[in-house]
Amino acid sequence: MTDTPQSMIEARHTVKAFGQGDHIVRALDDVSLTIRKGEFFTLLGPSGCGKTTLLRLIAGFEMPTAGQILLDGADITDLPPNQRPVNTVFQSYALFPHLTVAQNVGFGLEMQGRPKAEVAKTTAEMLALVKLEAMANRKTSQLSGGQQQRVALARALAPKPKVLLLDEPLSALDLKLRKEMQVELKRLQQETGITFVFVTHDQEEALTMSDRIGVMSAGKLQQVGSPRDIYTRPVNRFVASFIGETNFLPASPVQGGLKLGCGAVIDGLTATKPSVTLTIRPEQIRITAPDEAGSIPATVTSLVYFGTDTHCHMALSDGAEVVVRVQSPASGEAGVTGGQKVGLRLLQGAAQVLED
Amino acid sequence: MQSEAETRQTARSARAGWLLSTPALVLLAVGAIGPLLIVVVYSFLLPGKYGNVEWGFSLDAWRGILFTKDIFDDTLVLADAHLSIFWRSVKLSLLTTLFTFAVGFPTAWFIATRPQKQRALWLFLITIPFWTNLLIRTFAINEIIRNEGLLNTILLSLGLIEKPLEIIYTDTAVFIGMTYVYLPLMVLPLFAAIDRFDMRLLEAGYDLYATRWQVLRRIILPIVKPGIIAGSILVFVPALGAYVTPRILGGGKQMMIGNFIELQFGQGRNWPLGASLSVTLLVIVTAALLVYVRFANRDRGAHHG
Repeated sequence: MTDTPQSMIEARHTVKAFGQGDHIVRALDDVSLTIRKGEFFTLLGPSGCGKTTLLRLIAGFEMPTAGQILLDGADITDLPPNQRPVNTVFQSYALFPHLTVAQNVGFGLEMQGRPKAEVAKTTAEMLALVKLEAMANRKTSQLSGGQQQRVALARALAPKPKVLLLDEPLSALDLKLRKEMQVELKRLQQETGITFVFVTHDQEEALTMSDRIGVMSAGKLQQVGSPRDIYTRPVNRFVASFIGETNFLPASPVQGGLKLGCGAVIDGLTATKPSVTLTIRPEQIRITAPDEAGSIPATVTSLVYFGTDTHCHMALSDGAEVVVRVQSPASGEAGVTGGQKVGLRLLQGAAQVLED
Repeated sequence: MQSEAETRQTARSARAGWLLSTPALVLLAVGAIGPLLIVVVYSFLLPGKYGNVEWGFSLDAWRGILFTKDIFDDTLVLADAHLSIFWRSVKLSLLTTLFTFAVGFPTAWFIATRPQKQRALWLFLITIPFWTNLLIRTFAINEIIRNEGLLNTILLSLGLIEKPLEIIYTDTAVFIGMTYVYLPLMVLPLFAAIDRFDMRLLEAGYDLYATRWQVLRRIILPIVKPGIIAGSILVFVPALGAYVTPRILGGGKQMMIGNFIELQFGQGRNWPLGASLSVTLLVIVTAALLVYVRFANRDRGAHHG
């Protein structure tokens, strides 16, 4: 990471509308975004949020209805995909069934008109990079899902694009393979130094792999930031609930803090609106004795055991529900039982104010 | 390793398979091999005076394919007329195959890329010509392209030409007729192949710097090749043996092998020659198919590296 990161991709007020007349759907609604050189950038959002549309605009498969797309400083808005130094790893892999693994990997180089010797050399390097040297002469249909995935990666990386676009590439793999590929992708990104733009609906995948994340919903970019930023300081209700689990509690400003519905006041927070929402992550709350000074009184309603931790569902005095995550000790007991009266203490900075 | 019981099971189901296919096999044997044998035998016999054959071994019919006896001194000379008939048959069949492919491929692509609901309608339209007898359809073409036909009438009245185009009773007429008749046979297998083609591969191709032409040549054509081969065989084979189309649109003069064979069994009263010509046609078709299949396989072998 350089001190002054330069932009690799810049989307300026991009709009993509589908359909005609009364049935126009704005898949992208005035999205502006800067992706830095050499970073692992993830577009995260539920299906239909416009993340794949944005990826396809960068690849050149769709033309924006309005706005511009810049690649490394140059306007590529009107360039066809075969003239953009950008390659894609498709969700379906889209490997050429009539070609061998090596021919698939070398396809882009061959189309660029590189000399035969260079094609062979780079293909071999790429196959080594994804550890598929032994499969070079196989047909792609003879490979497993994970291997096909790797061929798709090698094929897209071989022409050394400025940007690699990945459209939910791991969604077809089983959990174990997906975890392996996450590590593998991160390794490839670091080894090649190529800017990766990764599209996913899996928030955990986004958090573990990305340098920065852009959270999208309903065709709009909701928040852009590092995984830590997005998790700890969500800007709105959508981002807070889509990434990780959280508690939402209505609150209103009073002298010196925000007052919850149950009457407890959380110090040090301010809000401009008369009523706001607080978001508090379940792991940022501690259970205390019911009479501890400054704690919020609550009653345990139910316990859900998750192995590494237990989710304790609590009811505050006004009936609002709060989930507290307690790490399981060796015995597996959460230390509380249903119906028990307890106190809740928020960790420093746990509560975030959402004004929407 | 298969257990003994499994082996017995496999053997039993194989036997059952043969048993079930017996009716079809018998029908094929009687219907195809029987007449073929008769034709082969007839080709080695002597022609009867009023048609039919006389029993007596002779190679005259086989010699007659390429040579003809000079009427004056009985020496054998190369039969130019026969050769030109063979040449015309092969040429017109190849042209028809190429042209139906050139026209059929975009058509099949168009249909295969329509929304699912519309496809059935388009395919249905393609099959409409099959509802009418071949003879009637061919006469309809005749009606369009003959000297006083629809085409010439329109062109003349528009003042585009001064005298009628003489298309009827030429190779061009036969070519037009065969292209029309065999086009659906090209479109349908091509459609089946393109329908299975994963359109996402096009984006993968463009993404990897291929131009439109490269995507067509390097991705689409190799993948739909089975459809191209099937369509070409379905057009070329019947075109080579075509009878009705060259008869009506080529007049008596522009004969193809089919008409020539018919002539021997009819007016020519030379059944053995007709029989030897039939066998020759069969051999040409088989040879063409073998070459084509070999060619297709070699190409696939090359891709294996």
